[in-house]
Amino acid sequence: MSTEQISGIEKKGASAATYVDERVHSNSWFSRNLNKVFPDHWSFMLGEIALYSFVVVLLSGVYLTLFYKPSVVEVIYDGPYIPLKGVTISEAYDSALAISFEVRGGLLMRQIHHWSALFFVVAIAVHMFRVFFTGAFRKPRELNWVVGMTLALMALAAGFTGYSLPDDLLSGTGLRIIEGIILAIPVIGTWASFLVFGGEFPGVDIISRLYGIHILLVPGIIVGLITVHLMMVWTQKHTQFPGPGRTDKNVVGYPLMPVYMAKAGGFFFLIFGLITIIAGIVQINPIWIFGPYTPDQVSAGTQPDWYIGWLDGALRLMPNIEWIIFDYTISLNVLIPTVVLPGLIVTAAIIYPWLEAWATGDKREHHVLDRPRNAPTRTALGVMAIVFYVILWVGGGNDIIAVGFDLSINFMIWFLRFALIILPALAFIITKRICLSLQRRDRDKLLHGRETGRILRLPTGEFIEVHAPVNEEERAVLESKPDDKPLPEPPESDSAGVRNPKYKSGRRAAGLSRFLYRDTIEKPTEAEIHHGDEAIEAEDDFEAPLLEREESMHVAHDGSVLAKPAVDAPETTSDNGDGGSEQS
Amino acid sequence: MKSLAKHRRHPAAVLVVIMLGLLLTGGLYAAANTATEARSVEADALLIEEGKRLFLEGCSSCHGLAGQGSDNGPSLIGVGAAAVDFQVGTGRMPLANFGAQAPSKAVEYTDEQIRAIAAFVASLAPGPSIPSAEDLDFTGVDVARGGELFRANCSQCHQAAGRGGALSNGQYAPNLMKTTPEHIWEAMLTGPQQMPVFADTTLPPQDKKEIISYIESIRASDDPGGWALGRFGPVTEGLFVWIGGMLLAVILAVWIGAKVR
Repeated sequence: MSTEQISGIEKKGASAATYVDERVHSNSWFSRNLNKVFPDHWSFMLGEIALYSFVVVLLSGVYLTLFYKPSVVEVIYDGPYIPLKGVTISEAYDSALAISFEVRGGLLMRQIHHWSALFFVVAIAVHMFRVFFTGAFRKPRELNWVVGMTLALMALAAGFTGYSLPDDLLSGTGLRIIEGIILAIPVIGTWASFLVFGGEFPGVDIISRLYGIHILLVPGIIVGLITVHLMMVWTQKHTQFPGPGRTDKNVVGYPLMPVYMAKAGGFFFLIFGLITIIAGIVQINPIWIFGPYTPDQVSAGTQPDWYIGWLDGALRLMPNIEWIIFDYTISLNVLIPTVVLPGLIVTAAIIYPWLEAWATGDKREHHVLDRPRNAPTRTALGVMAIVFYVILWVGGGNDIIAVGFDLSINFMIWFLRFALIILPALAFIITKRICLSLQRRDRDKLLHGRETGRILRLPTGEFIEVHAPVNEEERAVLESKPDDKPLPEPPESDSAGVRNPKYKSGRRAAGLSRFLYRDTIEKPTEAEIHHGDEAIEAEDDFEAPLLEREESMHVAHDGSVLAKPAVDAPETTSDNGDGGSEQS
Repeated sequence: MKSLAKHRRHPAAVLVVIMLGLLLTGGLYAAANTATEARSVEADALLIEEGKRLFLEGCSSCHGLAGQGSDNGPSLIGVGAAAVDFQVGTGRMPLANFGAQAPSKAVEYTDEQIRAIAAFVASLAPGPSIPSAEDLDFTGVDVARGGELFRANCSQCHQAAGRGGALSNGQYAPNLMKTTPEHIWEAMLTGPQQMPVFADTTLPPQDKKEIISYIESIRASDDPGGWALGRFGPVTEGLFVWIGGMLLAVILAVWIGAKVR
């Protein structure tokens, strides 16, 4: 663009930019960062959904803090909701009712806040599925995986503390269960419970304590960790799916400005709009129906929000086991499902990147993602974990399901206990088999090309299907399969007969490595692929003269005879009784 | 009249007037009373007779020819008319098949027939009776107190919104959203199936009225927040956020992320 075409506004903008640049030297920074390239794939936007729903949570939450009172001082309800008029309730519940019925836009804001909070956790979960199944957590991104895991845990903490704030019957019952879990911790349980609740449950401190954690501590940590999370994505650059020209040393995509600025900005408003529409038409947490919390009351069908539901399910499925040691009760029935189980699962998830790196002996940097099928054992482990989680989640809603589907809750508990052990194992086996089958298909595609669906009969009477070579893009994707091989067994001693000090840990790594990489379909070699390409060309030679014969009958797949033989129609088949005699 | 008026200041006059008044009202009452009594006894006898016929036909195979019960059904002696009106009036009886619990289903008998069976069962031994129109008059009842009573006594099984909940071994506390006030009253009095008996001595009639009017109020109440997802709480909400929310968000992501060719 020549200088004559610059408009007045652009001139002003340019002079402003120059003014700023002369003082803070920002232009080079901007040009470097605005031109930063990001790879393109819809699944890379799942994390964005989480980020945007968190922004919505923050905005709506700020509005709620203007009216919410974190106090358990008792007041007599005198608001517009008649079925509670004159009932003694806490100030917290009173203000939550006021937000719902008296504050302008309050109910919508409460529903936006609650829905976006649920949405936040869902988006985090789905984002983590993408990261796990594509192996995006591998070097150099292990630390960011840990940051992400911590963010997920903080999201749960934010959700749970918020769930308890309205001080309605539902949230109070949730707190009661938390108290039970704290009490189940051996030795320190009782003291810990008194510490958390400031005395005997429910006490007068818990609401204001949770409020501080909910609006200050946890969101502060989340904002800080999101910053770290994104900065690491920025400096490490985003991973990319395999494709033509994509390697571990480059990033293929579009610049941030203008493509992703527009996409991300637009996507924010889409997510905001979606959450607002849901909040506007679907009711969530009708606290006025649940009533105020008093410790002597409870409602059937009391459940936590979905992301805590799996722990509730674990609690419901756990057999009733208690140890009594020297008159001291160890409540394993509470301790194992709600403290030990989540502790183990979270630990396993956090250390998984290092576990895999140890088993592969792989110290390379990975910027090209794995296709889930190409890491069958990892994919199977992930699906197994999801199935395990879903069964626990179903267990958490077992009473609602029992009533809704006319089932016996006792039957459901026993069914789910067995399912919890059997179904994840089945899911593991089935997923792995599916992955290997997909690998087999990929290998076939590389070797023989794409199946066109055209059947040819050769002069000799033999039937063949015509294959077409896969296009450049697909070939690059298919050829991206890594050659992961199990680590070899370490030698017990070296040639001089000295014992190998790392023998034991090496054997363990090799064992895990075999588990991860033993089953795979070998990628075809270059020579084999070349041979396959020649075969495809040879098929074309067979095809050409046949299609040129006008007198040969052309029969469609369904058996109907085509009126006019179409020479270039891809579905054309050339095959019937006459054909043989003509060719003879 | 003059002679009568002459004695109006007589000391005995007051007594005589009172006596005459008493005789007149008492006599009239007695005459009227015997007439209705006779009629209702006659009608009751007919009703009980009809009820007995229906009972022998439809109920006695399980509850015994004299309502004494059998291996298949409990004794009905002393359960009162309220139990019959509830069990038969909600379609729970006659039982279609033996299960964890008798579900409410289409009612088999007409109101007349139900009243007849109830009269017969009530005639076996005294028991709770069907609530009167006065019992079911909810004008000026404190709904909010009913809410407190409901949450203290009912919500642990029937759920805070009265949508029902699971009990052990396939039994359940039913959804109250289609139950009539009369049937709720009778259920509290007679404690059908898993439900405890809330006799008038433990839960006075006024409390029952308040509870029922609270149930009526949450049944009639709108959901100001929109579609209530069955008022089941977080389970349906969680399901919705995955299916309704995340699915749409992923579709949006695919749309935004789609390459323009």
